[in-house]
Amino acid sequence: MSMDKEKGAKDVPIGLGLGLAMNEKAMKHYSEETGGGSMNQTKGAQSISFGERPYLMSSGSVVGKKESEGPLGNKFDIASDDDLFGEDTWEAAEGTMQKLACMLALKKAGEQAENVRYLFGGDLLRQGVATSMGVEELQIPMFGLFGACSTSGEALALASMTVAAGYGDRILAVTSSHFASAEKEFRFPLGYANQRPASSSWTVTGSGAFLVGNQKSSVCISGVTIGKIVDYGLKDSQNMGACMAPAACDTIIRNLEDFGRKESDYDRIITGDLGYVGQSILFDLVRKKGKDIKENHMDCGMMIFDQKTQNTNAGGSGCGCAASTLSAHILPKLISGEWKRVLFVPTGALMSTVSYNEGESVPGIAHAIVLEHC
Amino acid sequence: MDYINAFWVGGLVCALVQILLDRTKMMPGRVMVLLVVTGCILGFVHIFKPLQDFAGAGISVPLLGFGNTLWKGVKEAVDKEGFIGIFMGGFTASAVGISAALIFGYLASLVFEPKMKK
Amino acid sequence: MAKQNTSQNTQKSTPQEAKQKQQKAYEAYVKEKTPVRKLGPDMIKAFITGGSICTIGQFILNYCDKLGLDKDISGGWSSMILVLLSVLLTGIGIYPKIADWGGAGALVPITGFANSVAAPAIEYKKEGHVFGIGCKIFTIAGPVILYGIFTSWLLGLIYWVGKCIGIV
Repeated sequence: MSMDKEKGAKDVPIGLGLGLAMNEKAMKHYSEETGGGSMNQTKGAQSISFGERPYLMSSGSVVGKKESEGPLGNKFDIASDDDLFGEDTWEAAEGTMQKLACMLALKKAGEQAENVRYLFGGDLLRQGVATSMGVEELQIPMFGLFGACSTSGEALALASMTVAAGYGDRILAVTSSHFASAEKEFRFPLGYANQRPASSSWTVTGSGAFLVGNQKSSVCISGVTIGKIVDYGLKDSQNMGACMAPAACDTIIRNLEDFGRKESDYDRIITGDLGYVGQSILFDLVRKKGKDIKENHMDCGMMIFDQKTQNTNAGGSGCGCAASTLSAHILPKLISGEWKRVLFVPTGALMSTVSYNEGESVPGIAHAIVLEHC
Repeated sequence: MDYINAFWVGGLVCALVQILLDRTKMMPGRVMVLLVVTGCILGFVHIFKPLQDFAGAGISVPLLGFGNTLWKGVKEAVDKEGFIGIFMGGFTASAVGISAALIFGYLASLVFEPKMKK
Repeated sequence: MAKQNTSQNTQKSTPQEAKQKQQKAYEAYVKEKTPVRKLGPDMIKAFITGGSICTIGQFILNYCDKLGLDKDISGGWSSMILVLLSVLLTGIGIYPKIADWGGAGALVPITGFANSVAAPAIEYKKEGHVFGIGCKIFTIAGPVILYGIFTSWLLGLIYWVGKCIGIV
């Protein structure tokens, strides 16, 4: 594969304005000089297989009241009775969740914020304000992201790429969602009296932060598959699972093809918040592509709430859903070795209230992270 | 008797609207608009009054009644003031409902805090 | 790209047409797979909830009637009291629970309208009195007022014209 890059370099002039063409020998010399990033780590069409695997050194999870009453309730690091987390507004509360999650991740790894080179973070709100408000205190140079509910995947991918390329020893990846702030922005104010359709999902009040670095720990990130936007034209904002399932399918299939793997090479393939409806659709879509993930698929949105007793219809959703579940439920099993290799695929629905009102469809995107017990 | 009529007619209107909520993708805002506009039209074609004589609050408490109130106000203003009445009647007749919602809503905002849904 | 409307079985569909076909097929498939609420129980609950609220309204109307008030004034009192009740129930968080159970039974009566005004008022107070409450209090109910006033205006115009030309 690395030959392709150099072959290409021979043919294509580098240094456009100057019209210079570097020959193969010079190219090799140049890349050896720059060190770390010389090895071509691309894999297939959309993936990266890390030469030196970054480690998921630690994580922190913070959730609200409803989540604490769910099936994973006692696994979260912090589960607050007060969904305002002592703040005045829902947005500030969400920011505080991110801050707490980051501090937990740092504490568990015995690290200080000063040692963290960069932070990748995002949330669902306009202009990513929960993230900005939340991480400001940590004073870490940061990249604000938007991937809707796939943000945990996007952040982890970028964090691991940063470490693998030698751009930092310690990188934080964090994301969050809050039921109240999300409902207010995307649907209705809290006091509004509406009946939720059967396909609706419940935005999780939660945050997950992950410290990625080059110090050995029990879980490493061996590869990532970055997803494309997949739009099957659906315009139903009350049926997120159906909007995102095509993207999940696309990325999962791409990952299997890029890495030359079978479904069973993963102990679990875990999506972020497809929910009951989305999972069912995902199985069908994947089957159409000649694969079957029914045996080892799980979905964070289906795990975080009890559908029967918590009135959550299709399941949990939001950036915090996948992030907090990864930290509290999935990572412990990787750390213990119960699971050896897991594909973590959070999905996002790329819409805004404006785009939705203007009649645009709701496309999806999904990023896959290959997590391994090391 | 009028309590029974109010109950079952009002209930029936709501049950029919429930079909819209459950079987179409209509959002609540659109449903409310549909009810108001329908009430207006029912008033215009002289159907609302007989329904109201029979069912009382069963037809006037739903937003249909709000639509009819708007129409009645405009009609009476046109009868009284001519052309300009078309612009006067609506808000005048609906003043109580809208003012009450606005005023009590605002006062409520001074007293109550938003509550997390369970 | 020129649209080709000639018989499609003799021509390969354009990428756009193929995508549209795929999207329509997916929409139909999703409709099949998506669970819906059980209509029967929902209708019964809406019936009970809506009927009850209307009965309360009727009680107010009858009481006003007993006091000898004009029919329109009675209607005003009924609206005002129902709105007040709805706003209070919204404030203490009970009206949303009623709607969760009763669906349209809580949306259709004027109490639903009142809730749609009170809820944003309470929620957006954090953004201030002018830009929060002031700007956003009608965020849900606005269309009701706009299209209610507009429809009555339109019908009023028709009525006025009818009167002018003598058919009314």
